[in-house]
This record gives sequence, C-alpha cells and structure tokens, in this order.
Amino acid sequence: MNEDNGRYQPLSYFQLMEISLRELLVEKGVLTDEQVRATVDDMRSRGAERGASVVARAWTDPQFKARLLADGTKACQELGLDVPALRLIAVDNTPAVHNVIVCTLCSCYPRMLLGLPPEWYKSRPYRSRAVREPRAVLAEFGLAIPDHVQVRVHDSTADMRYIVLPMRPGGTEGWSEERLAGIVTRDCMIGVAVPKAA
Amino acid sequence: MKQTAQPSFRPGDRVAVRKAWPLGHIRTPHYIRGQVGSIERVCGSFPVPEELAQQRNGLPAQPLYRVRFLQRDVWPDYQGGANDALEVEIFQHWLDPA
Amino acid sequence: MIERGHHDMGGMSAGKVEPVEHDYEEWERRVDALMVLLSGIRGGPKRMTVDELRKNIESLPPDAYEKMTYYERWVTSITQTMIQRGLITTDELGRKMQEVKNRETDGAA
Repeated sequence: MNEDNGRYQPLSYFQLMEISLRELLVEKGVLTDEQVRATVDDMRSRGAERGASVVARAWTDPQFKARLLADGTKACQELGLDVPALRLIAVDNTPAVHNVIVCTLCSCYPRMLLGLPPEWYKSRPYRSRAVREPRAVLAEFGLAIPDHVQVRVHDSTADMRYIVLPMRPGGTEGWSEERLAGIVTRDCMIGVAVPKAA
Repeated sequence: MKQTAQPSFRPGDRVAVRKAWPLGHIRTPHYIRGQVGSIERVCGSFPVPEELAQQRNGLPAQPLYRVRFLQRDVWPDYQGGANDALEVEIFQHWLDPA
Repeated sequence: MIERGHHDMGGMSAGKVEPVEHDYEEWERRVDALMVLLSGIRGGPKRMTVDELRKNIESLPPDAYEKMTYYERWVTSITQTMIQRGLITTDELGRKMQEVKNRETDGAA
C-alpha cells in the first residue's frame, strides 16, 4: 500500500523497486535502515541557510569574501559548515557582472550548502535554455539585467559546484549577519533572483 | 607510475575544445565542442569521469579547467550583451591549444 | 542519431521555465539517501560513483528519460548499477519485488 500521501494507491513500479533495492542491500549488510533514516533526516533539514550564512559573512567581512572567492570550500569549512565532498566556487555579482548557474548535463548543485535543488533547475527548459538565452530565462524569473551588465553563465559540468555571491542591497546598513542571511534566498544563490532589503 | 597529468594550460591561454563525438559517458557538452575560449582558472586534477563511469579508477587524474567563452562566439543568433560569457569546466584531454 | 546524448541538452530549444517547486515524497528522499550512502560521501565504503549514476541515466531510452520523473530515473540507475557491480542480481531483485508486491496485496486483504 502506498500510504505516503495519505491515499491508498498500489505501489508504483519504481516505488516497488526502491523498497526492494533497499531491503536487499540491508539484508546483505551493505547499509542499515538507521543509516537511511539518518541520511533522509539530514537532507530534509538542509535548506538554503548554510549558503545564506556564507553570503552574509562575505557581505560583512571583506577578507572573508576574498578568501571565499579564492577557495570556496576552505571558506565554508572556516565557518564550521558540514559540507562533505563539496568543491565550491563562489562567483561574485558586481555592478558589471551578473552570474547564473546551471547544469546542462544533469542537475549538479551545491546540495550540502543549499539543500535539494528545485524542480525547475532540473527541468529541460532551464537546462537547455539557460546557457543559450540566459537573459530571456532570467526575465521569466522576473529579473531584467541591463544591457551594460555582463551576464555570465556557469555550466556545472564536472567536479566543482557553484554559488552566486549576490550584491548586498542598499537599505541594509548596520544589519546583523543573521538579518542579512534572512534576505538571501536559494534563488539568489543560483542567480535567478537578487536579494531585497524589504 | 605518475598518477596525475601535469597542467598544460595556464589562465589566459586560448584553447579549442576538440571536435570529437565518441561513445560513452562524457562531461564535455555537445554545444561546446569545437568552440574556442580562454582558460579562466585551473581547478585542480581529478579522476576522469569517462572512466569512473565504467567502474575504472579514472587515473591518472587529469587537470580540470574552467574555460570562458563569449556567448556571441558560441551561438550565432545570440541575443544579449556583446560581452556575455559562458564558463564551462573542461578536462585537459578535451582541449587543444588554439 | 546517437552522437548527442539525449541528456546533453544545452542550447536546445524548449518552452518556458515553469518555476515549479516539488514536495519530495518519502520514497524519493530515500532514493536520494541511498545515493548519498552508496557513493560514500559520508565516509562509508564507496559502492558506486555518481559517474555510474549519470551513465545509467544517460542510457535510458529518450522517451523513458522524458516520461520518468527525476527520482524514478535515479532509482532505476542506482538499481542498474548495483546489478552491474554484482551487489544484487536480477534474480534477487525480481524475487524481492514479487515478495514486496505480495506483501502489499496481503496487507490489503
């Protein structure tokens, strides 16, 4: 019975496969149910907060920002963030450059920093069009980039993972790091939105 | 046996992505093959994904680069800024000097 | 026809980006967890690589790739990899799936 969504439906072929695969692997001692549970809970607990905290620190500490841009992973570790297997490159938005991230080949994403990626990031329209017509794609997200600003698209094709370091908006003078982190959304760190002070 | 190939390119070098369409698991996107760009940075050396996908160890590790391309060079009909750029991670064995 | 993998879609035409959010179902989260555990990111033994995950997804027929959801592709690929690596066999999988299905039907009786 499929009770996951409160309605009784027969298990789909793939749900059957998941249960079967997991039970076989547990029976063979490859993993335990407890490990699966703990891993599910860990990923569930990861939203974009870790990423937002990195951005907020970079906004308030120029030397940290320089270290972040030089070695993204080391900078995350400096903040004590648990980011296993992450090789991070932070790309800096400036008045002259707007960055946006995509993985055309699959869905590579800095999961340990931002949580699971949104469905649209993994979709055909985003993966196929973001590299070719980024300005049109950004416009669909409500973001209009002026002509004089360079749009830089990063295709996450290999071992590195990316976050966009958005520009700190005006009207946030004197804000605490915590308050600043609160306006840095996941979409800002992918590059399809910019933070707003409101 | 040396387990890592030495980087052949440095930031600023002009490189061309090889025009090859072999079978197997490849992380050099179709759209960038044959394009010319410049090395933005050396990312380090990593085991080759083409080999890892086949249960082999992918050694010797190959240098991985971020290569910067101008959008107007990659797409003939590009609608956007003349300086808009596209940056792609490409392994050394897919690059030739340009 | 096969020079370009079906997954290798950068630059192709497509419709508008629908800014859809997805509430992950528990079974999908478990598939994700299986990948985290089997790839050894968390320090355990490395039973497979993300490269094999990708390769097996890329091997899906194009219409299956399009029709399947993200985690349906993942669970299929992980399972294929486990069979390829010999951690499970096709026969074991078939019998287990039969057993699970019967359990479900018995539960409903």
